[in-house]
Amino acid sequence: MTIDRTVIEAEGLTLAYDEKIVQENLFFQVLAGDIFVIMGGSGCGKSTLLRHLIGLQRPERGKVRYEGLDLEDMTEEERHRFLKRMGVLYQQGALWSSMTLEENVSLPLFYHTSLSVKMTAELARFKLSLVGLAGFENFYPAEISGGMRKRAALARAIALDPEFLFFDEPSAGLDPLSARRLDELILEIRDSLGATVIMVSHELASIYTVATNSVFLDTRTRTMLATGNPRNLLRESEDTTLIEFLSRGTGKREVSLL
Amino acid sequence: MGKPSKYTLSSTSTGILQLSLRGSWTVDAGVPDFGEVLAELDNRTRRIFFETSALESWDSVLPVFLNRFLPVLEERKVEVDLEGLPGGVRKLLRLAEENRGKKRVEVESPADLASKLGNYTLAGFKQIGEMAVFSLDLGRDFTRLLLGRTYFRPRDLLYFIQNCGASALPIVSLIAILVGVILAFIGAIQLEMFGAQIYVANLVGIAMLLEMGAVITGIVMAGRTGASYAAQLGTMEVNEEIDALKTMGVSPLAFLVIPRMLALILMLPLLCIYADFLGILGGGLIGVGMLDLSFTEYFIQTREALNLRQFGEGVFKSLIFAFLVGFAGCFYGIHCGRSAAAVGRAATSAVVAAIVMIVIADAIMVVVFNLL
Repeated sequence: MTIDRTVIEAEGLTLAYDEKIVQENLFFQVLAGDIFVIMGGSGCGKSTLLRHLIGLQRPERGKVRYEGLDLEDMTEEERHRFLKRMGVLYQQGALWSSMTLEENVSLPLFYHTSLSVKMTAELARFKLSLVGLAGFENFYPAEISGGMRKRAALARAIALDPEFLFFDEPSAGLDPLSARRLDELILEIRDSLGATVIMVSHELASIYTVATNSVFLDTRTRTMLATGNPRNLLRESEDTTLIEFLSRGTGKREVSLL
Repeated sequence: MGKPSKYTLSSTSTGILQLSLRGSWTVDAGVPDFGEVLAELDNRTRRIFFETSALESWDSVLPVFLNRFLPVLEERKVEVDLEGLPGGVRKLLRLAEENRGKKRVEVESPADLASKLGNYTLAGFKQIGEMAVFSLDLGRDFTRLLLGRTYFRPRDLLYFIQNCGASALPIVSLIAILVGVILAFIGAIQLEMFGAQIYVANLVGIAMLLEMGAVITGIVMAGRTGASYAAQLGTMEVNEEIDALKTMGVSPLAFLVIPRMLALILMLPLLCIYADFLGILGGGLIGVGMLDLSFTEYFIQTREALNLRQFGEGVFKSLIFAFLVGFAGCFYGIHCGRSAAAVGRAATSAVVAAIVMIVIADAIMVVVFNLL
């Protein structure tokens, strides 16, 4: 992997939700291998930005580029190939409720590869065992706990060994220990797959633990205040809103994880 | 509890008042009026302080009372000493103080008739546009499906076929037999006057084949299957399951909508034929039981009255109704908002729209078939 290779680029991105402008004029770059965190207060448009990055919503203005290619300009085939390279973990997991865990993880494999049924099932079981869910293959999403559902969704997100992994508040709604374990799991998976991770989070603990790069969206001004490594931002930024967020309201310029 | 007065106002020295609170200041005990206090205030009052030794219990009622009362005092330039109040009350007052004067955010909702009407019209047009786009997408994905470029799980199709076929038989049976009975009963009363009871068989047979078989199965399936499609797809939309399909490159229309609609289109004509038979059977029961006809007579008369064209018209109608019910259910499900309330609305809209469309389509088809 080449260092400092820009893989995702937002250029003058303006996001709208229900015809209401959520964020304006976003410029940032994600480098290959980054763990890029989208941070900001509640309701500032973090998830909306993520939806734009994965192509679920069209930008009001501006562009999202993947390796120089505009998401909007992709042909159907290019888009299909691009979708194969990415995995998404949704906020509530978004497992398909009418399928078992194994079927959930198998579907992307089945859809994007021409592997045999046997091989697909074997791969799906392997991915489930990676997230600690070996033995739960035949359970339906409604039959397992919230934390397990998130992990199963993670197994589905990494089913195709994606190069881009998107997480929408992975640890939201989990107890601190499960949240931390999930963070560790994400780190391990990123290291083993060599993927670029983009995640939405407002958990400072996980931001400081995992992030190498970030963008901060402000609720009041409806635009980004800064982009960069959150630790450096905390040390060097002059912006009071950003410092207040990063220091959990204390204004101290050093990372405290509690 | 329920003491007439919960406070007394006494003057300790000129211009200084003591407000003593007593008893229970809780939601259960009710909120006292502060008009009395105001009446006792006069221009000489400069300062007021509180005494709460006899206060038994309090909840939010007390701060609400004070919150109403304090601005009046402020206006009259009376100095208020809150020291005597319980610590909790002072804290709550301070918290509320920080937000005092903030304007209530008005949610925009145009009140006048003209703009309401305009908004409804625009929303209507928007929905028609969305339906058109949905139809086009559906057509495109169906073509792609035929070309083998997208897919759904055959097992899903089988499941939906079972669900809107065999599982619907009990309710369709019940309603079809009863409709046959009702038709025969109404007909019998009228035709008996002319001694033409035997023509009940014609009435029931033709009505079932041409109209009732298709319409009642259509409406039953709108309530049963259309609503459940809308609720299923709506819930999937709320849970981001549909987004998860999209970001995987799987078309939700091909994967979720087409098997559902196909199942309905395959099964509703069969249900319609089944309902035709049971309706005629129901009519036969009345014919035999009330009109002293024999079964053989009744069924020979029925056979004479019916022809294949009537049968074909009914089945064709049910095919159209199947499409409409599936379309309404899936359209409202896929376009569901992102809340639990939206799922309920989607199910309701799906049923209402399906029934309205069934009736409109039926009217059009009756006219067209008559011209042909």
